[in-house]
Parts: sequence; structure tokens; C-alpha cells
Amino acid sequence: MTINTLAKGGCHREQMACFRKMEKVIVAMQDPDMGMKMRNQRLLITVIPHAMTGHDIITWLTHKYRISEEEALHLGNMLVKYGYIYPLKEPRCLVLRPDESPYRFQTPYFWTSTRWPASELDYGKKKLKIYMYSLLHKRINHTWDFVVMQAREQLRSSKQRRKADRIVLECQEQAYWLINRPPVRSITLYCIQLYCVVHIEACRKALGRNRVKSSICLEGFLKYSEQYLNHDPIMQGCLPSNPWISDDTAHWTMNAEIVPVPTRLRVERWSFSFTELLNDAMGRKEFMTYLEKEFSAENLYFWQACEDIRHGENSKIVEKVEDVYKNFLAPGAARWVNIDSKTMDKTLEGIKRPHRFVMDDAQMHIYFLMKKDSYPRYLKSDLYKNMLAKAIVPQETKKSVFPFMRRQRHSSPSPAQTATQAAEEEGLAKGAGTRSLYSVV
Amino acid sequence: MACQGLQKGETLESLKRESETLKKKLEEERNKLNDVELHQVAEKVEVLSALSIKTRRVLKGHGNKVLCMDWCKDKRRMVSSSQDGKVIVWDAFTLNKEHGVPLPCTWVLACAYAPLRSLCLIMNGYLGLDNKCSVIPLSLDKNENLAAKKKSVAMHTNYVSGCSFTNSDMQLLTSSGDGTCALWDVESGQLLQSFHGHTADVLSLDLAPSETGNTFVSGGCDMKANVWDMRSGQNIQSFESHESDINCVKYYPSGDAFASASDDATCRFYDLRADREVAVYQKDSIIFGASTCDFSLSGRLLFAGYNDYTINVWDVLKGTRATILFGHENRVSRVRVSPDGTALGSASWDSTLRVSWSFSTGSNYIFRFIKLLFWVNSRLVLEFTVAF
Repeated sequence: MTINTLAKGGCHREQMACFRKMEKVIVAMQDPDMGMKMRNQRLLITVIPHAMTGHDIITWLTHKYRISEEEALHLGNMLVKYGYIYPLKEPRCLVLRPDESPYRFQTPYFWTSTRWPASELDYGKKKLKIYMYSLLHKRINHTWDFVVMQAREQLRSSKQRRKADRIVLECQEQAYWLINRPPVRSITLYCIQLYCVVHIEACRKALGRNRVKSSICLEGFLKYSEQYLNHDPIMQGCLPSNPWISDDTAHWTMNAEIVPVPTRLRVERWSFSFTELLNDAMGRKEFMTYLEKEFSAENLYFWQACEDIRHGENSKIVEKVEDVYKNFLAPGAARWVNIDSKTMDKTLEGIKRPHRFVMDDAQMHIYFLMKKDSYPRYLKSDLYKNMLAKAIVPQETKKSVFPFMRRQRHSSPSPAQTATQAAEEEGLAKGAGTRSLYSVV
Repeated sequence: MACQGLQKGETLESLKRESETLKKKLEEERNKLNDVELHQVAEKVEVLSALSIKTRRVLKGHGNKVLCMDWCKDKRRMVSSSQDGKVIVWDAFTLNKEHGVPLPCTWVLACAYAPLRSLCLIMNGYLGLDNKCSVIPLSLDKNENLAAKKKSVAMHTNYVSGCSFTNSDMQLLTSSGDGTCALWDVESGQLLQSFHGHTADVLSLDLAPSETGNTFVSGGCDMKANVWDMRSGQNIQSFESHESDINCVKYYPSGDAFASASDDATCRFYDLRADREVAVYQKDSIIFGASTCDFSLSGRLLFAGYNDYTINVWDVLKGTRATILFGHENRVSRVRVSPDGTALGSASWDSTLRVSWSFSTGSNYIFRFIKLLFWVNSRLVLEFTVAF
């Protein structure tokens, strides 16, 4: 549903689908065998035939769709709100009451869907316009710059002419286009043909894809959900307690970016995948310490520097690429990384014309190197095992029996403040020694 | 691009026929490797214990429909934008409003928090006039006029429907009603890459949480969900099985799949490696379209907000509905799980935001039991006094 139609307040294609579904429900309710039992309802002195009570409606909905009473009440309310069922007692109050209040079905003549046939056609026309616009855009995309340039020139030169001349020129141009305009029919046809050709190409490309067997993919989801089950507070709760329930922010303090001792769950998570380890600031620090021992820390420094290039400011790309070359790739560099010759050649070629993705291949190579080699060894190392043993398992806080003894909720420092502090600290730490390549922006 | 020029004698009819045949062939190919369904595989998984999710915080302060919200990385703050032209930053934990930024336009369709600094992104999507995306740095000084520091970054030819920062504060992805998505450099406002392929408005996008971090998925009014390569601008994969506009797309936490919420009242789950739709989340009693969806941290639950004011919680693996949340008094425009998975935030056209969480841990039952005992006790006392 787009805001174009929302803003105009019009009845929309989306609503039409809803109304049709609601009508299906109403028709099912009026089914002679499985539908609702209607009887004559007494309203003051008159007897109204074919009416039903609110309670009956809810019971029928509960049975038919196997839902709870609360949900049936909600659904019934929607039916009343959109006018498919109307109340007899208080006609202005469009609410479904779950009691003996009488209701009746609205005649199809007054159904909301039958009163808005026009908008479907309008929407269809609009969609065709959008197809054509995007195709036209694609078609003239390569000539767009040229067109813009020409237009600019024309505008500039036309401003310099006198008014009378301008009018004459305009008329001439109009006359030209009146005679020479491309036939409308062939444009539409061309666009539709173009659309088909594009679609065919996309299908052909998709046919050539490598696909994986469903059983393997789906097992993957099961494994993932199982692995992360204990880490999901909505499923399993969290220790020491969910801050939202207990008003105690201990959980957040214990799991902050940098803590002296991390929690056990957090350290366990580092073993799930290499991405998890790298995404966690503490995990990365630990991994760096390990790599330093193994004398292969330059890999991680290189990877971090490449990430910085990829996600950093456009203006600093050239400067950063040069730094990376000097420190990691140049022969005899301080932190030379071991990349295969093919990738190295390609990267060195690319450095001559540096752009955001010039280091991608090299970065990928180093990333997979760390993932296949250093990472598994790290998980088996003493460093990691000690971390796991040291890690704290928070005690679950005992809840106070008296529910009205609420804790004070304190505000936390603004994230902007903590970010600047962290940047300062990191800057100081890296000030000494080798030049920092991965600086927090 | 297909500008090769059409062969002589190729009519529209023959092209259409070829297009249809290829589409059928693609379906066949996809089905060849379809040896089992998700709910069959999920039979060996334990059934979810009864979920008790309750709404306990209501954030009031907007004067009109709340159109979008997003969580901050600190897991307790959130930003929300509304049709009254205001963007408010809340500390949802203490219910304090920390910043309020008034904007000159009313349809502020989306907002997002930046990952590193508290750069708050706002989107101005006003019909035909202000189709820009702006970035505002949030400072510590609360008295500072934030609207003045607004910096315009992206520009489209139609309204901007969705936005997201990439892994850093420096790049921005936007989706627009003009049928394209675009990648922008925040510092210079320059367009880095544009993505063409949708044939109607693009309503939503989401970045892949994958190792290489190079792809994103977008969903639009042409009922298609497309996966794009950010680097080359190419459309890698396309899924077309919804029957109406796709309002929201969201990646599964592992990055191997994504879910989409649509006006056809269903949410669907697509697997990227198998290249097909693997689950449809629908129920006969759900008639109104879904406008938003999000996964819980483990990916086991899918929260979807609907236009009938409810939030349905689906068991992703088994395909059944776990529970339903009531409370909003108008359609739910956005649901988002907090970054550490502890709570669920929802924004609605009833001008409120609600935060809900789960009470489903064991000790909670004891707590509630004791509460119940007190209540029963007090009622009994009352009955006795009345009787006498």
C-alpha cells in the first residue's frame, strides 16, 4: 500500500482484497447448513426477523476459525465497523457486544466493496504508467546525461534572446513536434516488448543458478534456532533478569561493549561462527591477543583496515588505500600479509585507480584464511578455554513478592557521550607505537 | 541491458509466450530440489511452550499516526516519526522523551538509528515536494536546535519509503516510490549506486547480516521481492509469490532467508540457497494485510503487525501461530525487536508506541501464583465482610 493513495484518502486495491475476504466470512455465516442460526429478535414491541445476538456471532466465529473468544470479538468488531453487520439497539454505536444485543446482516447493495468500482480501473492505469516510466527511464538512461546537457545549453541560450524571438521559437518547436511526434501506440508496444525481453533475460539467468536441496537448507534453520534458543530472551528469559520486567539494568551493564569479565553466554556465542566473534568488540580484542601470540596479527589488522575503507567516507578512500598499501602490501612492509600472487596482482592493478571496493578480493582471501585456520585453533586454545571458565553466569534475581515495590528506573548516559569517550580511549591506546589504521570515526 | 533490438518478426505474442514458458521452467527447476517441506522437517522440534507476551509500556506523545520506529544500539532508546511532523527520541525504559525534532513536512515515513554514533536518520517523504532523506547528528546538548543541523543526503523523484544505514554511519540505503533503491554517501550526499528492477513502488528494504555484507533485499508493490548486490547494482534473485503489495521485508538472523509481510494478509518465508518460498504464514481468521514484520533473536518467532490493529506471533519453523497481541487502537505500522532481543517495540496509527515482552520463564509462574494467592485472599476477606 503506497502513501500516494493513502494521502488521497481513496479506497485502495488493498482494501478491496480485505472486503472480499470479509464478504466470504459473511456469506459463510449466512450458509443455510453451517451458518448461524437466526431467529426473531424482540426489540421493544416489534419483532425483527433474521436477527442474531452478539453472543451467537462470537460463538460461531470461535468454532469456525478455531480461535479464542478475544480474537473472535476482535474480528466481529471489524465486521461491524465496516458495515457488514449492524446493531439494532444502538445503531450509531458500531461495536460488537458479546451479549444478547441483536444484530442483522447488511444487504449486499450496501457492502463497501460494491460502492467503489472506479478506483480499481484508476489503479490499473496508474500501474501501467509506472511500468512505462521505468522502462523509458532505462531506455534513455545512457543518453540522459546528454539530454540534460543539451537542455541546459538551450536554457542558457534562450535566456539571452529577446522575448519576441523566444515566442517564435516556441511556436516553431511546437509545430515540429506536432508533425513529428512518435506514434503513441508504438511506444506502448515497444515498452511492453522491452519488458518481456527483460523478463526473459532475468528468467534465463535464474535458470542457471546453483540451488541447494531443500532438506539441507531447512535443517540449517532448525540448527540455528536451536543454537540460539538460550540466547533469545523472548523464548527463554535472560539472566539475571529481563530489565523490562524487573526494572533492573544489571543485564545491560553486564553485557556492555567492554566489560572486565564477560558473561558465559556471550563467550559461548563466539564459538557459533566467525562473524559472531568479529562482531563483538571484546571477542575481536581477545582474538587479536591470540593472533599476536601466533605472529599472524597482521591479518586481522589488514581486515579491519579494509572494512574501514569499504564503509568509511568517500573523501578519505584514496588516502586510506595508500596507507594500506604501504603498511600491508608493499614488499618489505611492516605488516606484510600473505596473499596469493593472482589476488595480489589484481589488487595492485586496482590500487592505481583506487575505489571503495578495490581491496575486496584481498580482504576476502584473508578473511577466509583466518576463518579456516586461526579461528578453529583459537577455539581450541587455552586462551579461549580460560575465558570460558572465567566467564560469569549471573544469578537469577529473586523477585520481590510484593509487586508494588518497584525499583527506581534510572536514565543511562546518552549513546553519543559513550561513543566519544570510547573513541578518545581507543585513540590514546593506539597513540603509542605503530600508526593506527583502524580508527573509530 | 536488453537494448539489443528486437528480431524481425518477433511479435509481442511470441515474446509473451516465451516469457510464460520460461517462468514455468523456472518453477520446475526450483521444485526439482524441493524434497521436503519446512513443517515436515520441523516435526522433530519441540512445540513452543505457551508464550505469555504482554504490553507493559505505552509511549504517548505524538499528536498523530506514528509511521515508523527504530531501536538504538543501547537496547533501550528508540526513535519514532509521526504524521504530525515530529521525530522523537525516547528512552523507552524510563519513558522520558530525550529529543524532539520538528520537521516542515508531515509524511515522515521512516527513521533509523545509525550504528556507531547516535546519528538519527529521518526521511521526508512528502508527495512530489520533499522526497529527501536527511541525517541529523544527535548531540549531548539537549537545548541545541537539532533541526538546524539537519543535512540532506538522498533525493528521489518520488516519496522515500524506507531507509537503512549500512554497517557504518557513512552510507545510506534508501528505497523509493519511484521504483528504485539507491546507495548514498552521507558525507557528500553523492549517489554511489542505484538499483533498477522493480516495476512499481518499492516499499521496504533490509540489509543482509551475512559475512560479506554485500547484499540487501527489497519488496514492492509489484509483488516481487528482489535481492541485490550492493557493489554491482545487479538483481541477484527475485521471488514472486505474493498476491498483493509487499509492505515489509526482513532477513532471518543467519542471513540465509528472509520473511515478507504483504497486503494479501500473509507473511511468507523465502530461502535464498534453495531459491524458493518455503513457508506461508496465514490463517482464515486473519483478513487484513500485514504491514510489518520482524524476527526474534533466535529466528524462531516472527512478529507481524496487521492492519486490523493486532500483532500475530508466528512459529517460523512449524508455520503455526504462537500467540496474538491486542492493545493498539489503530493499524500497526511498525514492529521491531530490540537489538538484544529482550523486548518488542510497536508503533501504530493510534499515535502511541508500545513495548511488550515475554513473561514466560519458570520463576514467573511462582511470582504470578503468589500474586494470585494475595488476590484470592483479599477477595475472600471482602466476601466475608459483605456476608456479615
